[in-house]
Amino acid sequence: MMNKVLLIEAMSVQNWTYILVGVTFAIYIGIAIWSRASSTKEFYVAGGGVSPWANGMATAADWMSAASFIGMAGIISFAGYDGAVYLMGWTGGYVLLALLLAPYLRKFGKFTVPDFIGDRYYSSTARVVAVLCALLVSFTYVAGQMQGVGIVFSRFLEVDYNTGVIIGMIIVLFYAVLGGMKGITYTQVAQYCVLIFAFMVPAIFISIQMTGNPVPQLGFGSEMNDGSGTFLLDKLDGLSTELGFDEYTEGSKSLIDVFAITLALMVGTAGLPHVIVRFFTVKKVRDARKSAGIALLLIAVLYTTAPAVAAFARTNLIETVSNQPYTDVPQWFKKWETTGLITFIDKNNDGLIQYVADESQNELVVNRDIMVLANPEIANLPNWVIALVAAGGLAAALSTAAGLLLVISSSVSHDLIKKVYNPKISEKGELIAARISAVGAVCVAGYFGINPPDFVAAVVALAFGLAAASFFPAIVLGIFYKRMNKEGAVAGMVVGIAIMLFYIVKYKFGWLDDTMPEKSEWWFGISPEGFGAVAMVINFVVSITVMKFTKAPPKDVQEIVENIRIPSGAGEASSH
Amino acid sequence: MTKQNAKAYWKENLRYVLILLTIWFLVSYGAGIIFKDALNTIRIGGFKLGFWFAQQGSIYVFVILIFVYVRLMNKLDKKYGYDE
Repeated sequence: MMNKVLLIEAMSVQNWTYILVGVTFAIYIGIAIWSRASSTKEFYVAGGGVSPWANGMATAADWMSAASFIGMAGIISFAGYDGAVYLMGWTGGYVLLALLLAPYLRKFGKFTVPDFIGDRYYSSTARVVAVLCALLVSFTYVAGQMQGVGIVFSRFLEVDYNTGVIIGMIIVLFYAVLGGMKGITYTQVAQYCVLIFAFMVPAIFISIQMTGNPVPQLGFGSEMNDGSGTFLLDKLDGLSTELGFDEYTEGSKSLIDVFAITLALMVGTAGLPHVIVRFFTVKKVRDARKSAGIALLLIAVLYTTAPAVAAFARTNLIETVSNQPYTDVPQWFKKWETTGLITFIDKNNDGLIQYVADESQNELVVNRDIMVLANPEIANLPNWVIALVAAGGLAAALSTAAGLLLVISSSVSHDLIKKVYNPKISEKGELIAARISAVGAVCVAGYFGINPPDFVAAVVALAFGLAAASFFPAIVLGIFYKRMNKEGAVAGMVVGIAIMLFYIVKYKFGWLDDTMPEKSEWWFGISPEGFGAVAMVINFVVSITVMKFTKAPPKDVQEIVENIRIPSGAGEASSH
Repeated sequence: MTKQNAKAYWKENLRYVLILLTIWFLVSYGAGIIFKDALNTIRIGGFKLGFWFAQQGSIYVFVILIFVYVRLMNKLDKKYGYDE
């Protein structure tokens, strides 16, 4: 017994990481073999009989990406109050999904989002526009996930970054190609468990350490554990202003920009095809509503913990390094310095670390990803907890990548091949096409992971903006406005997308001018990240205006609308 | 008769959606953004209230809103004979 305890303590972080990552990968592969898809229905919507709890867990894992797991707490840590745009934006969208989209799309009962757009607007133009949007949104998103996989591998397992991406590709390939939506759904259920455990364990440890409260959501608002009687957030506000940063609980973005970004992210969330298709997999309309609630509940566990982790990590960082002699910094500081994620330049040669807001005097640059990746080390947690973070990050990245790959492959095999080019294709032929396009999609995603376009971060803003500017208005109008016709919807989508692309290209990439335009030139003071909100409003206005001057949709389409508003008789999802 | 039934059902559904989305808007855009500064003068433990709504409270309310909608709609489905 004693020996065992010693063994556990002596095992290195790397050994622990190999064990935990190995075991979780074995589980994912096992599930893939057990849940092979044998029909297009199983491949696209997991057969349509997924229980609300399983779908809720799968949706949560699908939704929480490498960015949520690794990046978000770090972003909040440096943005303070402003980080709320991500917290509210990426959760509030589920209310829109549950109340405005999911139940009706489930009742409609087809396989993909372009299916709905194409049928509701009786137009293959509308269908093709929707397919292009779905492909654009999903590819931009998936590149970031493969990068996440590469980063976790290279930092924790001392595997080459590219090898890491390739290992990730093989795993995803295995269960996405073999199992389709069915394989993805049940691996995502397992991945949710892994990622939430990996996120919560260090958070609870740190909360106890810093505030004595085991619930991070409460520790966040408690007094420090150092006997000073100061509240953690007051302490952090004080430390921040002392060093010249904005007060942590205040933030620096303008009110209108915070408003617009939150709205763009909420609406974009509700319009992302890989999230919407998850609701096609449940049995009944009432299950679609319920599983949206379960999904958000499970997502909220991480999303309410992340801001607490952010505040703990920021306080910890400042207290550990600010004005301390460089020779005294802890082990983790040196370790992350070698990876280039922490850099220290002793500008005034006094041997102390000056960490201040003023660029000319600041000597420390910290990559925000560290806040989650190094958190367990900063807090001196046991090796297995550190390794757990690696397994959790991989689960988050892989689960999201798989969901996106399915959208890509079904867009090609179902929406383009089956519905547009070759409607006579057999069920078997379509299933083969779906698998081949999944393989193709994984290869493209891997290519982007290995050769990331230098604008990946900008591209995520674009993905949400595009979803907000195209799908959300088209679907909502399709359900709630019976008279909405194809002319209106297509015009709205095309104008919405065009204006969103224009704004991003001009103000985010700066490709239209010799220099990047100043912030003061932003329309209404809204950043490219928040412009999706404006593009969405423009889509609504254009759609309704064009609709007023063109003829009403045919009778059978109006009957479809009446039918999807009634929950009973949903039957199972079908391609006919 | 069934058409009228469907119409009445849809009307009640829209009313629920409207009420719940109003609350959705008030907690996030209202309490968390527009009225944040005013609410920040009120404190609950270590939290300024506006900041709490923006980073915690609104998310809790979102979860509750969806489950309330689920319950209301399950009842409504039954009332109009659309449950299964």
